[in-house]
Amino acid sequence: MLADIGAPSLDHLLRGIPEALRLRRPLDLPEALSEAELQAHLEAMAGQNRSAKQLASFLGAGAYRHHVPAAVDALISRSEFFTSYTPYQPEVSQGTLQAIFEYQTMVCQLTGMDVANASLYDGASSLAEAVLMASRVHPERRRIVIARTVHPEWRQVVDTYLSNLDHDVVEVGYGPDGRLDESELASVCDGSAMVLCLQSPNYFGVVEKIDRASAVARSVGALLVTAVAEPFSLGMLRAPGDLGADVVCGEGQAFGNPVSFGGPYLGLYATRDKYLRQMPGRLAGEAQDVDGKRGFVLTLSTREQHIRRGKATSNICTNQGLCALAATIHLALLGRRGLASVARLNHARAEYAKKALAAAGARLVFTGPTFNEFVVRVGGDAEALRDRLLERGILAGHPLGGFGPGFGDALAVCVTEMTTRAQIDALASAVGGKA
Amino acid sequence: MARSLREPEKLLFEISRKNHEGYRTPANDVGDVPVGIEDAYLREDIPGFPEVTEVEVVRHFTRISHWNYALDDGLYPLGSCTMKHNPRINERAARLPGFAESHPLQPCATTQGSLRLMHELEGYLAEITGMDRVTLQPAAGAQGELTGVLLIRAYLTSRGDARRVILIPDSAHGTNPASAALCGYGIEEIRSGPDGCVDVEHLRERMGKDVAAVMLTNPNTLGIFESRIQEVCSIVHDGGGLVYMDGANMNAMLGLTRPGDAGVDVLHLNLHKTFTTPHGGGGPGSGPVALKKMLAPFLPVPVIEKEGDTFRLRHDMPHSIGKIRSFQGNFGMLVRAYTYIRTMGPDGLKEAAETAILNANYLRGHLDDVLDLPYDAPSLHEVVLSDRTLEETTGVKALDLAKRLLDYGFHPPTVYFPLIVKGAVMIEPTETESREELDTFIRAIKSIVAEARSNPEIVKTAPHTTPVRRLDEASAARKPRLRWKPE
Repeated sequence: MLADIGAPSLDHLLRGIPEALRLRRPLDLPEALSEAELQAHLEAMAGQNRSAKQLASFLGAGAYRHHVPAAVDALISRSEFFTSYTPYQPEVSQGTLQAIFEYQTMVCQLTGMDVANASLYDGASSLAEAVLMASRVHPERRRIVIARTVHPEWRQVVDTYLSNLDHDVVEVGYGPDGRLDESELASVCDGSAMVLCLQSPNYFGVVEKIDRASAVARSVGALLVTAVAEPFSLGMLRAPGDLGADVVCGEGQAFGNPVSFGGPYLGLYATRDKYLRQMPGRLAGEAQDVDGKRGFVLTLSTREQHIRRGKATSNICTNQGLCALAATIHLALLGRRGLASVARLNHARAEYAKKALAAAGARLVFTGPTFNEFVVRVGGDAEALRDRLLERGILAGHPLGGFGPGFGDALAVCVTEMTTRAQIDALASAVGGKA
Repeated sequence: MARSLREPEKLLFEISRKNHEGYRTPANDVGDVPVGIEDAYLREDIPGFPEVTEVEVVRHFTRISHWNYALDDGLYPLGSCTMKHNPRINERAARLPGFAESHPLQPCATTQGSLRLMHELEGYLAEITGMDRVTLQPAAGAQGELTGVLLIRAYLTSRGDARRVILIPDSAHGTNPASAALCGYGIEEIRSGPDGCVDVEHLRERMGKDVAAVMLTNPNTLGIFESRIQEVCSIVHDGGGLVYMDGANMNAMLGLTRPGDAGVDVLHLNLHKTFTTPHGGGGPGSGPVALKKMLAPFLPVPVIEKEGDTFRLRHDMPHSIGKIRSFQGNFGMLVRAYTYIRTMGPDGLKEAAETAILNANYLRGHLDDVLDLPYDAPSLHEVVLSDRTLEETTGVKALDLAKRLLDYGFHPPTVYFPLIVKGAVMIEPTETESREELDTFIRAIKSIVAEARSNPEIVKTAPHTTPVRRLDEASAARKPRLRWKPE
């Protein structure tokens, strides 16, 4: 090939790299392995983990284990989906584009919103993007009001995204029911607020009164952003859009994607039509071809960085394409009735677990209603209990000591359709010291 | 021929039939537990949500998948995107239950395998780039840029010197200015010189006490190595600023040269480009950031620390920029990249870069008399050509050429980027392609250029053989229909 293009040597092709910068030694990396050797090595490494699959797991707090039907992985593993790029050439990308259009539609149906994008990175950055959108809608306002019961990592990401912009972030606490403290809210959510952010079910698993928060936000002209970390809740709970949310953002991982030590996940993002041109991220839309045939394209891209550069609505370039496809397929399989019935089973088992743990001596911290996750006090250091139960093959939940003072004995417990009654009973008797 | 290649597939919502089901809920083993939520917050139904069987779902997605061109179909020469083969062992690795079923909040004692993999990957990426430290947290290249610029800002602020401007060459990716703006910086453009590289004199003039950093892509978006990069770094450093490198084109450097050795302070990598994690129709990506040690105190939390032979996640970093993404980043992508590096070893990575460069130059050598070559500096992993003469003599534009390539069974190159080239055709074949595949592509381009002279209409109205033809994007944007609604 070199001779064919008249190049004397490969080094000749590298002549643009200054000699002083050429690396004249091999990279200090392990030598190549055969596939057989590498697989054995990786299996050994993965084997150093004790996965949630080997344990009775009650961990949620932002990542949720649900049963993903076999068809999901089979379909997303098709070369046509997973080895294609962003659908910039719509004539040969209709598979990806139609799937995104279906995804956008289902996210709208679940959230009760008018328009959804093709997905963002994760729940945390979706929330940050929602706040940034609110700042474009209200450029004259500075205050961001955010519930303390929003996932702490998400609040951290919001802080990071906003750290160099001129905003003032105010947190609002919660009452004994674990819900937003409405009197505190009224005192800080005034005319300087561009946005009110809350999560429902919140970090404690408690279902918020979105309609009440909406009334407060509306009265001062602020946007109401509601985040959802456990989207299975949308199979049972009224759509945030029907309760007055202006943006619904959140974590879509629970649909179709394994917990996978934190990623890849997908950020849900939906809003009302009037904010369409302020939205971040990719959008697929319907179009007609020259023969009048229906097709789909990426659209409204004048909002995006490759066109608007420094003035774009977001710096995001990718979406979480394959994760969103997995979510779409999982949701299609669950369907109108399946999603509702799994959601109700999650809730029923969680209510059962609450009673079983209370009977074993644990104390429910909040009186507000929950979906599939709740907080109990375990009468001692929660982290120590978690570690002790691990020896019995139980991953008891997420100790909340890091949340703040007074939470050292609090444990967030999550129950899904993967958690059986037998596992719940085992947890309760272990917590009660009876086993 | 499969019916789905000829006929459109309805939307899921149009296939939906009352009471069709594709899922069975596990049995209720806890009996009749009363619902604990007020009625006002419960929903009865999700109107319009699909009702389909598993067969219908599997056929639906299989049919629409047929309408995608994918890397596994053949050459996918999108410049700047590095469409290289996605080894299947990567997929098997990421799906190992020990990795895929580990929850991010499990205690570190139960996730030593994942933490070890991440720690080792950080080390490999530091060695490959010539940098001191790496964070794997950013979810994609653009989030990596944001992280990098935040690190720069935190570092300068800690020295009482935040500054207000970032300089970006006119050939840069759009994410660079968008990320810098998100960090509160003003953006100023630096010209490219006649050789396609940054105009160093323009940079020298503009560099001042208000400039926080320069964001440089190397090799740049023309596929040309910034031959004066050391001088660029000196000018910026002498002026008290830092150098950010967009590492989108790292595939040209593996084992050949290291950005850290040239003086770069911070850069991001795209694991979905250089390190073979799949593009997945637009994501997920992963955008690790590599940095010099003076930036390490500002790393996003948590950082992975090794104590003896155990690993832990450290959260207490007082100077950290905070968190950029929830948990530990796109871990599944990290497993795939780790697997790739272990498959290739040091020699294999270098050979990949060399082959990618050879392939790009082979295409250049065969196409630079068919299309214009606006910059004749040596090409590395990609070559940028122009439609100038083609359009002047035939009226056929880069876009037409791209669309006609679809009829020849190829995904077209990137067109109209970088913005500094008129009618740019940006071709990156990667090391994946054989000479035979490249020859077929060269013949296709030559044949289209011949058609442009003999029968330009067939090119201007292309494609003719795809599932849909040119779509009316203007109307789609004017009257957006972004979701299905019942009639």
